[in-house]
Amino acid sequence: MAPILEIRDAVKIYSTAADEAPALGGVSFSVEPGEFVAIMGPSGSGKSTLMNIIGCLDRPTLGTYILDGVDVAQMDEDQLAEIRATRIGFVFQSFNLLPRSTVMRNVILPMIYTRVPVGEREARAEKALEAVGLDENRWYHKTNELSGGQMQRVAIARALVNDPAIILADEPTGNLDTRTGQVILETFRRLQEQGRTIVLITHEHDVAAYADRTVHLRDGLVVSHEEAEAHDSARVREEAR
Amino acid sequence: MSIYDLVHETLLSVTTNKVRSFLTVLGIVVGIASVILMVAIGQGSQATITNSIKAAGSNLLVVTPGGRSAGAFGGGGGGFGGGGSDAKLTQADVNLIEQLPGVAHIAANSTSREALSVPGANVNISVTGVGEGYQTVKAIETSTGVFVSSEDIRGGTKVVVLGPTAVTDLFPTGTDPLGQKIRIKGINFTVVGVTKSKGGSSFMNADEVAYIPLTTLQRYLTGSDAISTINVEATTADGMTQLQSDITATLLAAHHITDPTKADFSVLSQSDILSTASTITGTFTLLLAAISGISLIVGGIGIMNMMLTTVTERTREIGLRKAIGARPVDITSQFLAEAITLCLIGGVIGISLGWGISALITATGVLTTEVSVGAVAIAVGVCAGIGIVFGYYPARRASKLDPIEALRYQ
Repeated sequence: MAPILEIRDAVKIYSTAADEAPALGGVSFSVEPGEFVAIMGPSGSGKSTLMNIIGCLDRPTLGTYILDGVDVAQMDEDQLAEIRATRIGFVFQSFNLLPRSTVMRNVILPMIYTRVPVGEREARAEKALEAVGLDENRWYHKTNELSGGQMQRVAIARALVNDPAIILADEPTGNLDTRTGQVILETFRRLQEQGRTIVLITHEHDVAAYADRTVHLRDGLVVSHEEAEAHDSARVREEAR
Repeated sequence: MSIYDLVHETLLSVTTNKVRSFLTVLGIVVGIASVILMVAIGQGSQATITNSIKAAGSNLLVVTPGGRSAGAFGGGGGGFGGGGSDAKLTQADVNLIEQLPGVAHIAANSTSREALSVPGANVNISVTGVGEGYQTVKAIETSTGVFVSSEDIRGGTKVVVLGPTAVTDLFPTGTDPLGQKIRIKGINFTVVGVTKSKGGSSFMNADEVAYIPLTTLQRYLTGSDAISTINVEATTADGMTQLQSDITATLLAAHHITDPTKADFSVLSQSDILSTASTITGTFTLLLAAISGISLIVGGIGIMNMMLTTVTERTREIGLRKAIGARPVDITSQFLAEAITLCLIGGVIGISLGWGISALITATGVLTTEVSVGAVAIAVGVCAGIGIVFGYYPARRASKLDPIEALRYQ
């Protein structure tokens, strides 16, 4: 099967100063459809830069990036916006929900940029909210009335609603307590079981352990690909329950 | 983003911050209301003045001392615009004009501003010394008593006819003014009549007047045989142009002037006066509109200020919208639509407010106002324009935000 995401020799240089090392020094890796991949690394390892490139918020200085069969490395700003709208679902550490709007409005928001007919929006939002397991009696609450775990589930529903090729989560449990964090990670696992492709960026081993595979970054380079040991991954999941 | 979503997003964000939206809009409300109001006052005054000039009669020619350039709008009051000893009209000129063909009536008058006093009250008003025919030409009617008669004019008697406002200013309610004595410049005048009310605005109150014989005015008040205005009524409207040039030729000869451009008098028809008057009131209206237009610019700056604040405040939201697929043009149009909406809301409230206040002013009778559809249309256009001009910069700034930076913004 062709990879859903393929990055080859990605180089990112922010400064032209000779003494500054590139943020990414030629990174290559790929993700198969239905995979749950974690990208790990300490701060300064280039994982934010890589996430911005995977999320089409930024372009690599050199190298190719093929997402869902489309070469996005050379696209202009409007084309990238289009790719973000249709093929990527973002989940952020700080949720980034519209605070004075309802849960429903937040989940509908991405659909205004993909021109989903007004009549279909609510049904699609409901499906996404059901997929993340948020209580139906919360759907019309303002998002600032929700708990952190609920907010992150709204954010995941928002990421799902345009049926993207990948879900890109940046430290999704960073603002949550351990217990709530596990619930969110379980949610990702369940989405994977439903056939979603998930890329998760983290600096915590416990979080990365939920993934099938972890890509370690250091100083802008991939240092190792590590398959999660089957029993290890299963044990973590068992504990979470 | 579709038009539906644009409208929806705009309404959501305008209504989310109701108090702030209201305060921002207030600047535009005040600006538009004052423009509408000032133009209404200007145009109302213009209509009032035009009507009072038209009411003077369409067959009327007005001869005033001084060249055309000096004091052309001397019609009712003052008119000593020309200056200089040779720049004056006298009874001799009146007699010459009277003999011209096509003259139906002629009325000379001279006006002086004087203090009228009775024991316990005094009033400073325009006293008109009237010649024969003045009553006919000006169509003055009396409510009680009589007007200044030919005998009074010939004899230079000390009689006075008051306008209704002058009566109420001088005498307590219920007093019969007829036969009362009024002192003007230390000379006693007897009230012989009161004119009917002509109404008019506070600009030109036709009721706050006093009429005395022209000869009396010249002898006792001004001490000069000068006449400030000669009103000539033509027999037909068609003969106006001919009569106008006849009068000019006659007076030029009488005053020994060969170069018509150096004439020491001017002969104006009603249409000349109308065009002068409307030039003046038009300039006046424009001035009022321009002054209130400044407040509109201030309102626009208020909108820009608020939009810049909004953009800064919603930096993370803009970052998020970009991350989930908003193109720069989507962000620009969202913020631009917000600014334009605020301006239009302000404009609609401002128009209603300006309209309401001007209706109120008309109702109280202080001034006549006239709200024109044109002014309203321009106001709406200006509102949208302000929204675009002052909203564009903040909107552009929002659309240029780097989503990565914006999402990280605290």
